[in-house]
Amino acid sequence: MTALHASGLGKRYRQRWALSDCTLQIPEGRVAGLVGPNGAGKTTLLHLAVGLLAPSAGTITVLGGEPASGPAQLAKVGFVAQDTPVYAGLSVADHLRLGAHLNPGWDDGYAQHRVDRIGLDPAQRAGKLSGGQRAQLALTLAIAKRPRLLLLDEPVASLDPLARREFLQDLMEAVADQGLSVILSSHLVADLERVCDYVIVLAASRVQIADDVDGLLASHHRLIGARRDPASMPGDQEVIQASHTDRQSTMVVYSRQPVLDPAWTVEQLSLEDLVLAYMSQAANGSRGARPALEVQR
Amino acid sequence: MIWLTWRQFRIQAVVVSAILAAFGVLLLVTGPHLVTLFRDSTFAGCHSNCATDAGNFLSSPLIGKTYHLVYILGAALIIVLPGVIGLFWGAPLVARELESGSFRLAWNQSVTRERWLAVKLGVLGLASMAAAGLLSLILGWWASPIDDAAGVGASGGFENRFFPALFGARGIVPIGYAAFAFALGVLIGLMVRRTVPAMAITLAVFAALQIAMPVGIRPHLITPVRDTTTLTASAIQGLGMNKDGQIATVFAPASSLPGAWIYSNQVTTAAGSATLGAPPQACQSQQSFQSCATALAQKNLKQVVIYQPADRYWSFQWLETGIYLTVAILLAWGCFWWVRRRLT
Repeated sequence: MTALHASGLGKRYRQRWALSDCTLQIPEGRVAGLVGPNGAGKTTLLHLAVGLLAPSAGTITVLGGEPASGPAQLAKVGFVAQDTPVYAGLSVADHLRLGAHLNPGWDDGYAQHRVDRIGLDPAQRAGKLSGGQRAQLALTLAIAKRPRLLLLDEPVASLDPLARREFLQDLMEAVADQGLSVILSSHLVADLERVCDYVIVLAASRVQIADDVDGLLASHHRLIGARRDPASMPGDQEVIQASHTDRQSTMVVYSRQPVLDPAWTVEQLSLEDLVLAYMSQAANGSRGARPALEVQR
Repeated sequence: MIWLTWRQFRIQAVVVSAILAAFGVLLLVTGPHLVTLFRDSTFAGCHSNCATDAGNFLSSPLIGKTYHLVYILGAALIIVLPGVIGLFWGAPLVARELESGSFRLAWNQSVTRERWLAVKLGVLGLASMAAAGLLSLILGWWASPIDDAAGVGASGGFENRFFPALFGARGIVPIGYAAFAFALGVLIGLMVRRTVPAMAITLAVFAALQIAMPVGIRPHLITPVRDTTTLTASAIQGLGMNKDGQIATVFAPASSLPGAWIYSNQVTTAAGSATLGAPPQACQSQQSFQSCATALAQKNLKQVVIYQPADRYWSFQWLETGIYLTVAILLAWGCFWWVRRRLT
C-alpha cells in the first residue's frame, strides 16, 4: 500500500507553477522527509495531499483515496499545517473537545495523557501558548484522531533548537507506538536526518529524488581525485555535482555499484551533503537565483 | 460540529441576545400600559370616521412623547438588527477562519468542509431569523394600538405600517432581511478572506440594498391602483399658491384610504392637467374657507390617487420576505460552491 501516490501532479497559481510534473510514490510505514528550499513547493504538495488544494494537472491519491473526498478519507489522514494554527479563543481543553466531537476515531485517553505529559494547562487559552506548546497541541489533535498517515508542514520551523528536538522525539515515540506513516516537510536537513528513513528532495518546483535514506547513502559517493572532465565518467556513474580546482576534482556521483577506480578517493556522503548536491543541481539547471538551502546544525 | 459552532458563536450570540432581551423587557413592561391607554381612549370605541379620535390617542402626552421614543427606538433597532447580524455573525464566520489559518485545522478533522459549512450556516442562519422574528413579534404586539391608530390617521410622528420607512420594521420581512444579511456576510467573508474588509463590504452592500428596495423595487412588485374621482368641497382641506398667484396645490388627503400606501395624490383639471390656473374669486376675498372650497369644487376638478390598498399589506410582506429568503438561499448555495471550488 502506498501512503502517497502522485502522477504528473502540478499546481498552478495564475501563471506560476508552484509544483510541476511531480511523480512520486511513498510507501506506507515510513517517516518520509520532504526537503527543499523555501518556495520549492513543499507546502503545495502537502496541501494537495490533504485536499486543501486541488491539482491543476495530474492526480494524487493518499492511502488509495482522493484527498478530502469524504469523512473516511479525512479520518485516515492527520495534518499539522505550517505555523500550527489553533483557535486562539479556545482553551486547550476545548481543543480536545473539538477533536472528540469531530473525529469518530478520537482517542481521548491518549489526548488527555499527552496534554498532561507535555505540561499544557487545559484551562489555558490556545492564543496564549508559546510556539512550541501550540505545535504540541496541534500535533496532539492530529495524532489523537488516530490517522494512518500524518502529514506535518514545517512543524518545527518556529521552534527553538531544544523544543525542536523534544518535538521530534515526541513525534517519533508516537510513530513507534501507533505504527503511523509520516510525511514531514522541512527546509532544515538536520531535522530530517534525525528522524527520517525516506527522503524526497523538492527543488525548483520538481521532485529531484525520492528514495530510502539507506539506499541513497549507499548509492551516492563523493569522489576526490586528479582533475577530470565529468563527461568522461563511466556511464553507470551519474554526476550530480562537480567542483574543480586547478588540479583536483570533487564529484558527487550516483552509482549502484561501489566505485573501485583507484584514481579516486571515495568518501561516504552525509544526508545533508547529498540533499545539498541535488539542490544545487536543480539550482544550476534552472534560470535565475534560487534561495539556497538553509544549513543549521 | 454543532458543539463547535456553538462554542465559537456563543459570545456573539450572548451580546445580541442581551441587547434584544433588554429591549424586550422594556416592551413587555410598558406594553400592558399602552393597551390600557388604548382601551380608555375614545379611539377604542370608534367605528367610523375615526381619524380625529386616532389623532387624539396618538397625541396624548404619554404616547406622543414617552412612548414615541420607545416606538422610534424599536423601529431603529429592528431596522439595524439584520445589518448587525450580517456584520457580526455573517462576515466573520468564515473570514476569521481563513484569516487566522484555523480553517486548516477545522478542515482536517473527520468532517467534510461541506458539512462544516452546512452546520454553521444552518445554526447561525436559523438564529438570525429567530432573533429578527422574535423582535418583530414583540415589537408588533407592543405597537399594535399605535399601528391601528396610525393606520387610520398618521400623525404626531407615527406612521402607517405600510409606509416605506416603517414597512421593514413590522411583520415577517425582518426575518427575510436577517437571513439575507447573514448569508451575504458569509459569502463576502469567503470571497474577501479578511474579516474587517468583509464587514465593511457587507455593510455597504446591505445598506445600499435596503435603500434600493423601498425606493426602487417594492413600489413595482404589484401594480398600484389608480383612482380618479371628482373632487368634492368637503375633501378640500387647504390651498397652496405660487408667487404668480396661481394654484400650486390643492390639499385633499385621501382620508377614505386608511392604512393604504399612497404613492401620489394629485388634483388635476377635468382634462387631466396639473396646471390649475387662477383660484376662484371666493378664495381671494376674505370669505370663509368653506365657500372657497365650494367654488373650487365647482371647477370640476379631479383627484388622482395612486396607491396600494391596505389589504395588500400582507401580500407585500410575503412577497418581499420571499424575495429576500430566495436570495439568501442562492447566497448560501454560493458559499458551498465557493468552499468547494474556489478555496482549493
